[in-house]
Amino acid sequence: MKLKNHSDSDSGHGKTPLSRGVAAAWPICLGYLPIGLAFGVLAQKAGLSPLQIGLMSVFVFAGSSQFIAVSMLAAGASLLSIVATTFVVNLRHFLMSSALAVFLKNADRKKLSLFAYGVTDESFAVNLSKFRDSRWDLNSALVTNQAANFTWIITTVLGGIGGQFIPAHAFGIDYALIAMFICLLVFQLRGFVYVITAVIGGIFAVFLSMIIPGNSYIVIASMAAAAIGVVLKKKTGWGEER
Amino acid sequence: MVSTEYLAVILGMGLVTFLPRWLPLVYLTKRRLPSWLVEWLDFIPAAILSAILLPALVTNSATRAVDFGRPEFIVAIPTFVFAILTKSLGGTVIIGMVLFGLSQKYLL
Repeated sequence: MKLKNHSDSDSGHGKTPLSRGVAAAWPICLGYLPIGLAFGVLAQKAGLSPLQIGLMSVFVFAGSSQFIAVSMLAAGASLLSIVATTFVVNLRHFLMSSALAVFLKNADRKKLSLFAYGVTDESFAVNLSKFRDSRWDLNSALVTNQAANFTWIITTVLGGIGGQFIPAHAFGIDYALIAMFICLLVFQLRGFVYVITAVIGGIFAVFLSMIIPGNSYIVIASMAAAAIGVVLKKKTGWGEER
Repeated sequence: MVSTEYLAVILGMGLVTFLPRWLPLVYLTKRRLPSWLVEWLDFIPAAILSAILLPALVTNSATRAVDFGRPEFIVAIPTFVFAILTKSLGGTVIIGMVLFGLSQKYLL
């Protein structure tokens, strides 16, 4: 493989899918570092071995549901209740994959399946803004997903081995993913009607998060806000692409 | 060692995590979607990112009460402005981290 025939790999405009995918993934990897370590520490305290932690990160690869599953395991919950909770917690990815599908018409089925494995909140947000850039393709997106996945597996296992000895909260690193989401949200605000949709989605979500348990508020709030966005666009003609 | 029960739990979790991620990608990419669905899906990213972000900024996850004084929210304001002005993902991540690091040191 010829991978070293270019120099601008840190700007996201590298020439191979590998360099482009890795360049796009670094904020995710940075943000996963403290969370992965924290998960590993928690899981180890709940009695899981590094091998068990690594297997969970490989088979599940879904941060928030892994945290919940570990606390449920520690509390002696049944298999069925853990699996059912995981399903509900990760249902939002159904919406994310649907939004990504618009950009992947007639793509190779095997690659799509591998890509689906790596759809997380973070990879969704990065890939979606990248797909609007015509140079982004499924191969680059796969690299981004797998880089994030690799980081997640490594950091969770490391956390399980000796995470309490790693100073994981230095340099404001806990804020990396939030800052990433802030910027990726800005990328999505492509007109007034998108701003309104985002404001409505955010306010709905805050309100719902206080009255319903779990994180289903994300799915409900965003579906409703997107529907309002469609209606507003029709009624007012706002949000025609600039 | 890894017990069968534990393997069953993570395989079950893996399956119900994978299916919602996989089904839309395999089915929706093979079909012509109605225009209302495409329009609706076009609004999903802005809506869902905001629905993930805003509660994380302004609600206390333990008490689930709104608190606009959280460092997460205060730091988000200049970070948001920086993102609008520069459109730089890397820059925004760095600025957000630096400001949050400072807030942890001096605000609390």
